[in-house]
Amino acid sequence: MADVSLPTQNVAAIEVQRETSGWRRALRRILGSPTTVIGLLLVGFAIALAILAPMISPYDPIFGNLTDHLQAPSAVHAFGTDEIGRDILSRVIYGSQISLQIALSVQMITLAVGLVLGLVSGYYGGWVDVIIMRIADIVMSFPLLIIAIALVGVLGSTEINIIVALALVSWPYVTRLTRSQVLSLKEQEYVTAARSLGASNAVIMFRHILPNLLTPVVVYVTLSIGGVILSEAALSFLGLGSGDQSQPSWGKMLNEAKAYIRSAWWMPFFPGMAIMLTVLGFNLLGDGLRDALDVRSQ
Amino acid sequence: MLRYTLNRVLQLIPTILGIYTLVFLLMRVLPGDPAQFLAGAHDDAQTIAALRASLHIDQPVWTQYVGFLSDMLHGNLGNSFITRRPVLDMIGLALPNTAVLAITAMLIAVGIGVPLGIIAATRRNSLWDTISRLIALIGVSIPVFWLGLQLQILFGLQLKLFPVSGLGFDNHLVLPAICASMGMLALIMRMTRSSLLDILNQDYIRTAYSKGLTARRVNVRHALSNAVLPIVTVWGTSVAGLLSGTLLVEVIFSWPGVGRQLVDAITQRDYPMVQGLVLLFALIYTLMNMLIDIAYPLLDPRIRYNG
Repeated sequence: MADVSLPTQNVAAIEVQRETSGWRRALRRILGSPTTVIGLLLVGFAIALAILAPMISPYDPIFGNLTDHLQAPSAVHAFGTDEIGRDILSRVIYGSQISLQIALSVQMITLAVGLVLGLVSGYYGGWVDVIIMRIADIVMSFPLLIIAIALVGVLGSTEINIIVALALVSWPYVTRLTRSQVLSLKEQEYVTAARSLGASNAVIMFRHILPNLLTPVVVYVTLSIGGVILSEAALSFLGLGSGDQSQPSWGKMLNEAKAYIRSAWWMPFFPGMAIMLTVLGFNLLGDGLRDALDVRSQ
Repeated sequence: MLRYTLNRVLQLIPTILGIYTLVFLLMRVLPGDPAQFLAGAHDDAQTIAALRASLHIDQPVWTQYVGFLSDMLHGNLGNSFITRRPVLDMIGLALPNTAVLAITAMLIAVGIGVPLGIIAATRRNSLWDTISRLIALIGVSIPVFWLGLQLQILFGLQLKLFPVSGLGFDNHLVLPAICASMGMLALIMRMTRSSLLDILNQDYIRTAYSKGLTARRVNVRHALSNAVLPIVTVWGTSVAGLLSGTLLVEVIFSWPGVGRQLVDAITQRDYPMVQGLVLLFALIYTLMNMLIDIAYPLLDPRIRYNG
């Protein structure tokens, strides 16, 4: 009996497989993995904080009440107050803005520069390739944070300079990844077909090759957001963050908290937790995307 | 093998030249006249002229480039603007402190990371596995400088087990070294686990078991010896992270190493020091990568390099 029903079962199985291929299968894998969902929730939470900050902050993040300085967490101030009486919960909520803003800007620039240089380098080869990849090698021979510190130190601590410095040290990784993908993709038959149809180099690169290498690159960029957030926080912690006092940042809060670790444990505790949970969220999400989209680690 | 090693060493030359060029350009994007800027208000024209000569900025860019390169090759990195002592001497004082901290952190990372990875892989899905995966996740997500502050509060101020800060090759080393080791420990643990898991599924492991070998012997002789290469690779690539990590740790724990020297030099605008230190960090990192490349064929005889 079982033997008779087997073919139909197989057909059904194939149907199910076909129906759930591609993006749907990826989505199911993302939602099916608890760690990825946790990552997604953490990232979503951080983004929601940044957007809703003015609405949900219980206090003003910049002006404090001096009489309330250095208060331990309580019902009035859930995360306590700092040395000049500012509410730490409100500052942590607002701090998500600058972290995400810088991290996303850096990744956008890195992505754009890395993709274009990687495409050009891999597609044309020759001396263009040699020059781009030599420069990439040299930039990669500096420890990332060290050169970022030196750049921001020399250029000056503004938000733009921090973004430029972090993007300047991150593009080679995306360029390298893109280039390695182009090298294998440009030998594919559909590229030859496009060329024989008279497509220009730009059309082949951006219309035919680019969409096929986007997945691993996007996974890489997601996985490295956490690192950018940590680098930005490290710069601010070292006193090299944006000097704009109207914008609280987690790294800057930790820098200010250094002097109060003997008396106010809550001052460094909460901003640090915020950094860790946000970075953890992006790392979990990146790991999940990589598994769901079946990207082999490069 | 000898030819490969030689080749790899020769490849260092263009890389180092590139690093030098980048640092040179970095110091030239300074706005305004560096000599005027460095001299400050109270220095006279003579001092400024002398400064300018020592920086070679009174010469065309190309001459500056060659002049500074030749100075560097003769071991002359200029003098610190703050202490007026040679940059090389200043670095020489701080480097041993950083080396002790970094090597201790490395020993902790390997000493805990590898065994944890082995336990996690051989007892997959056990409580140990879960714990070590959690450590790996937190290790790459935790800000080093925050971990440092928390360690200071908990073990230094509350429990009073270790000194909170300061230099000393005794219990002063404990908290900074643990703090600096965290990122590397997480990466090494993760890599040990995943490469061991790959290998434990190989045919030759089944063969080893079917020969009647004990699990311990299979794990050590057959599995672990094959997992060494990926572990060494990730160890090498995480040296950069360790360098950045020790920098932050040195700042938090007032450890007088080259990392803190760099941060101090930047805040004091001591550019010759910044220049020398950035060159040093890049050199250490490049040399580490070269050593790892050279070590590959020694660790895994399956890898052969031609020419």
